[in-house]
Amino acid sequence: MATRDRDVFDSLGNGLSALGGWIDERFPMTKLIKEHATEYYAAKNFNVWYGFGVLALVVLVIQLVTGIWLTMNYKPSAEDAFASVEYIMRDVDWGWLIRYMHSTGASAFFIVVYLHMFRGLMYGSYKKPRELVWLIGMGIYLLLMAEAFFGYLLPWGNMSYWGAQVIVSLFGAIPVIGEGLAEWIRGDFYISDITLNRFFAFHVIAVPLMLVLLVVVHIMALHEVGSLNPDGIEIKAYKGSDGKPLDGVPFHPYHTAKDLVIIIVFLIAFAGVVFFAPEMGGYFLEHANFEPADPLQTPEHIAPVWYFTPFYAILRAVPDKLLGVTLMGLAVLLPALLPWLDRCRVKSIRYRSWVYKVALGVFAVSFIALGYFGLQPATGIYPALSRVFTVLYFAFFLLMPFYTRYEKTKPVPTRVTK
Amino acid sequence: MRRKVASTIVAAVLVALTSLVAFGAGEGIELAPANTNIENTPSLQRGAKYFVNYCLGCHSAQYVRYNKLAEGLMLDEQQLIDNLIFSDQQPFDTMTNAMRAADAERWFGTDPPDLSLISRARGVDYIYNFLRGFYVDETTATGANNIVLPNTAMPHVLWELQGLRRPIYEQASEDAAPVITGFEVVRPGLLSEAEFDQVARDIVNFLDYIGEPMKLERRSLGIRVIGFLLVFLLIAWMLKKEIWKDVA
Repeated sequence: MATRDRDVFDSLGNGLSALGGWIDERFPMTKLIKEHATEYYAAKNFNVWYGFGVLALVVLVIQLVTGIWLTMNYKPSAEDAFASVEYIMRDVDWGWLIRYMHSTGASAFFIVVYLHMFRGLMYGSYKKPRELVWLIGMGIYLLLMAEAFFGYLLPWGNMSYWGAQVIVSLFGAIPVIGEGLAEWIRGDFYISDITLNRFFAFHVIAVPLMLVLLVVVHIMALHEVGSLNPDGIEIKAYKGSDGKPLDGVPFHPYHTAKDLVIIIVFLIAFAGVVFFAPEMGGYFLEHANFEPADPLQTPEHIAPVWYFTPFYAILRAVPDKLLGVTLMGLAVLLPALLPWLDRCRVKSIRYRSWVYKVALGVFAVSFIALGYFGLQPATGIYPALSRVFTVLYFAFFLLMPFYTRYEKTKPVPTRVTK
Repeated sequence: MRRKVASTIVAAVLVALTSLVAFGAGEGIELAPANTNIENTPSLQRGAKYFVNYCLGCHSAQYVRYNKLAEGLMLDEQQLIDNLIFSDQQPFDTMTNAMRAADAERWFGTDPPDLSLISRARGVDYIYNFLRGFYVDETTATGANNIVLPNTAMPHVLWELQGLRRPIYEQASEDAAPVITGFEVVRPGLLSEAEFDQVARDIVNFLDYIGEPMKLERRSLGIRVIGFLLVFLLIAWMLKKEIWKDVA
C-alpha cells in the first residue's frame, strides 16, 4: 500500500516537472522565479520599515479586488450614484464589507506609501544607483493621488462634489488657458453627471492600468540594482566563493516568510478599522459625505481627505491663488529631485550627521503639522503656522544641497550590522 | 543611536500634536449626550413606531427596506404590517412618503431631508438635542424655533408630547445680544421631561440604527476575523522562526 502511494506521488511529481519543462521551453517561468524570488538576494538585516513596500502591494490587491466587486453594483450617474452606494451598503450581500475595505484601503494605501517613502528618506534608498527606482516610485505616487481624487467623487456625497469642485477649479488659476482647462477636465461648466462618468472611467480603468504597469516596472528596476538595507551598504560588494552576497538571503523563502508576519500584523490593524471604526472619526469617511451631492449647498467646511491636506495647507498658506497652486505642485514634485539634491555620499541615517537627522525630523513634523492645518478652517493662528511649516517643508529640500555637502559622517561598516 | 533618533522624532511629533489639539478645542453650543444603544431592541422598536407616526409624513428613509428593518428589529411580517406600514406599501418597499418635493418647498420653504443617513451626517447627539430644542417663537412661520438649529424650517412636531415652552432671555449688557438662559412652560405636554427625553432618545437610536444597519454585525464579525488572524499570526511567526533559524 505504502509503496503504491509513493508510486502515485512519484509519477505525479514526474508529471509536474515534465509540465514545468514543457513551459520552460516556451516561457521563462523557472528563470523568472529564480531571478525575482528564490535567487534574488536581499539583506538579512531588514527592519520593519522594509515591510511597507510589500504592504503597498497587498493594499493594491485589496483595492483592485474590492473595486471590481463594487463596480458590479455601483452606478456612475449623478441620478443613481449615491443611492447605488447605499444599495451596496444595505442590500448587496457583504456589500458593506467590500465597500468598507475599499474606503479603508484608500487611506491605508497612503499610510503605507508615506511610510515607504519615509523609509527611503531615512536610509537613502533614492541614491545612486537607485535613482530610477525612486523616480518610478514618484510616478506611482502621482498616479495614486490621481486615483484617489477620481475615486473620491464616485460616492457622489456632498463632500465628494465640493472637494472635486475645489480641486478642479485650481486649474482655473493657470493664466490664459486655466478656465478652459478646468472646463475641459469637467466636460461641463460645473461638476456634473458628465464629470462623474469620466472620473469613473479614469478611476476604474485608465489609472489602475498605469498604476499596475508602473508597480511592475518599479519592482523590475529594484531587482536590477538590488534592495538596500538599514545600513545603506551594497551587499553585492561582498560575495562568498559561491558568488552569492554574504549578507543576503534569498527573497524566497526568507523574506516571504518574514513578510507574511508583517502582512498579518497589518491585516489585524486593517480589520480593526474596517470592522470597528470604518469612518475613523470622520477622517476616512467624512460626515458631510453622508449627504448627497448638492450643487446649491456647500458643506459647512470643505477639506480634502487627510492624505491631501499637507499640500492643501500649503495652497492655503499662500494668499495668491496662482502662486499657491504653483507651490502646492512643487511641494508634490520636489521629492523627485532628492537623488540630486542630497550631496552626502553616506546613504543611511545611521551614519549621517546630526544635521541631516534634525532636518529629517523637522521635515516629518512639518508634513504632519501641515496635514493637520489642512483639515482645519483657515482661521485664527492656523494660516500663520501653515506659512511657517510651508517654509520649513521647502527648506528641507531646497537647502539640502548646502547642508548635506559638508556633513560630518561616521565611518560606514563594510558588512551589515544587526 | 538609531533608537535615539527615533525617540527624538517621536517626541517632536508628540509635542507638535499636543499643542495642535490645544488650539483646536472648543466650538458651538454644548450638546447633551444622547446615550443611545443600538443593542437595545425595544428602544429601536419604539423609535421605529415614533418615526413612522411623527417623521415619515414629511421625511423619507428611502434607503431603508421595510422587511430588512423588521428583521433587524426582530419583528415578524405581520407585526411589521400592523405597526409600521400605514400606506399601501409592501414589505419589500423602502420607506418613502407621498410628499412631493415641490409641495414641500411651498409649504416649508425647503424639502425635508431624507433621514436614512442623518445620524452619520450629523451625529446622534446633534439630533437628540435638536429634537429636544424647540421653543415658542411667534416671529417664525411655524411658530417654533430651535436652539440647536436656529430658524429651522421644521415645525415643532412633538409639541403635544413635550408641551410648549417660552425662552427666558438675558442681556449681559445694553449692547449685547440677548441670550437664552432658560425656559418657562407655557403649556405642559402629555409626557414628563424624562419621558419625553426617552422618546427623543428612542427616535435617535432608531436613526442611528438605520444609518448603518450592519453595525452590530460588523462588530461581531470583526472579533472573529481578528481572532482568526491572531492564530494565523502565531503560525506565521513560528514558520518565520523556523526558516530563519540558520541565518547568522
